[in-house]
Amino acid sequence: MNWVVNNFDLIWQLTLIQVTLAIPPIILGFIISLPLGWVANRFKLTRGVLLTVSGLLYTIPSLPLFIALPAIIGTGILDPINVVVGLTIYAVALMVRQTADALASVDPGTRQAATAMGFSGWSRFWRVEFPLSGPVLLAGIRVVSVSTVSLVSIGSVIGVTSLGYLFLNGLQRDIPGEVISGIVATLVIAIVFDLVLVFIGRLLMPWTRADRARVSKRRVREAQAEAVLS
Amino acid sequence: MNFIQQGFAWIFDPVRWSGPGDIPSRILEQLGYTFGAVAIAAAIAIPLGLLIGHTGKGRDVAVALSGGLRALPSLGLLIIFALAIGIGFKAPLLAFVILAIPPVLSGAYAGVEAVDKRTVDAARAMGMTEWQVLTKVEVPLGAPLIVAGIRSGILQVVATATLAYFASGGALGVFINDGLVTRDYNELLGASILVTALALVLEGIFALLQRLIVPRGVTAGQIAEVRSRPTRSRPTVGSPIQEGK
Repeated sequence: MNWVVNNFDLIWQLTLIQVTLAIPPIILGFIISLPLGWVANRFKLTRGVLLTVSGLLYTIPSLPLFIALPAIIGTGILDPINVVVGLTIYAVALMVRQTADALASVDPGTRQAATAMGFSGWSRFWRVEFPLSGPVLLAGIRVVSVSTVSLVSIGSVIGVTSLGYLFLNGLQRDIPGEVISGIVATLVIAIVFDLVLVFIGRLLMPWTRADRARVSKRRVREAQAEAVLS
Repeated sequence: MNFIQQGFAWIFDPVRWSGPGDIPSRILEQLGYTFGAVAIAAAIAIPLGLLIGHTGKGRDVAVALSGGLRALPSLGLLIIFALAIGIGFKAPLLAFVILAIPPVLSGAYAGVEAVDKRTVDAARAMGMTEWQVLTKVEVPLGAPLIVAGIRSGILQVVATATLAYFASGGALGVFINDGLVTRDYNELLGASILVTALALVLEGIFALLQRLIVPRGVTAGQIAEVRSRPTRSRPTVGSPIQEGK
C-alpha cells in the first residue's frame, strides 16, 4: 500500500499513457469497420470473405502481432504505433462481424419504407439504417473497448510503456502492490470507458430507453396474464 | 518480407529441433498449458454454465462475472500469481484457468439457453426427468455453442501461454524473451510465427469440430443461410379472380 501512495504520480502518468494508446484503436476500429461491415452485410460473397479474414486476424495472438508489425509496416520495434495499429486490427476484426450483424438487425420493412419515402441509398444509410443499428453497434464497441484497454499492457513486453510497466517492474522488484495497482488501474479505465460509451449511447439514441420501458411494460402485462391463467 | 524469410529461416534451423529447450518441447509446453488450463476451466465452468442455463438462475451474476474477468489484464494476472505462489508452471496454469473460465462459462449457459423452449417443454411433456432434459435435449442441441465457448477459451490461452516465461514456466515465450534480451529480431519473429501458426491450427481444428458436432436432426430441416430470404415480401393478391362465375 505504501508503494502506491509514494508512487501515485507514476501510476497516474502510466494510466494517462494507457488511455492515450487505447482510445485511437477503439475509434479507428469503429470507423474502419463501418464500410467493411456494410459491404459484408450487402453481398453474400464479400460476407464470407470478410468474416473469414477478420476471424483469422482475430486469431493472431497479440504479442506476436506487435513483434511482427515492424517488419510488415516498417516502423521501429519500440514505436507505440505498432501497439495502436495492432489493436486497431483486433478492433476491426471484432467490429466487422458486429457491424454486419447490426445492419442486418434493421427491420426490412423499415428499410423499404425509407426507400419508398424517397431516401437515396446514401441518406437511407445515414439517417435510417445507421441509427437503427446503433444498439447492436454499441454492444460491439463496448466489447472492443474492454479488450483493447486490457491488451495495451502487453505492449510493455516489447518496450512500449503503459500500465504494463508496473507489472514488469513489480515482478523484478518483487512488489505485489505495484502489480495490483496496475491491474486495478486497468480495470478502472475499462469501467470508465464503458460508462462513457453507455452514456454516449443514451445521448445519441434516446429511443432505446423508451423501447426498454415499453418492452418491460409488455413483459409485466404478459406476466400478469400468465398469473391470471395459471 | 525479407524479415519474414529470416524468421522462417530461424525456425527451420536444425539446431533448434533437438536438445533441451528445442522447438518441439516448447510447443508441447505451450499445448500443455492450453489444454491443461482449458480442461480445468471446463471442469469448473461447464457444470456451472449448464446449471445456470437450465435453471435460468444466477444468469446476471454469470454475465457480470465473465464480463469483469474479461477486463483483467492477462500479464498482470500472471505476474501477481507468480509473486504469490512462486515461479514454475503452477502460477501460469492458475492464471490461464482464470482466463479460460469466462468464455467457457458463457458458451455453456448460452448453449443451453439458446435451445428452443418449446423443445424443452415437449421433452418434459414426454415424461423426461430434469436430468434427461438436460443431457438428452439441452446439451446435444446446445453443443455447438458449448464447443464455441471452449474454442474461444483455447484461443485465449494458446495466445497468452506465450507469457508463461515471466514465471519461468517455459513455453514458446522463452524464445521471445531470448530474442528481446539478445536483440535478435529473427528469433523474435520466428517465435511469433510459431505461436501464430499454433493458434491458427487449433482454431481450424475447433472450427471443424464445431461443425461436426451439430446433431444431424438439427441441420436436416434448416435453411443454411438465413438471410438469403428475399427481404421484399410477396405481393398480396388475394384469391385469384375466376372468370365466368
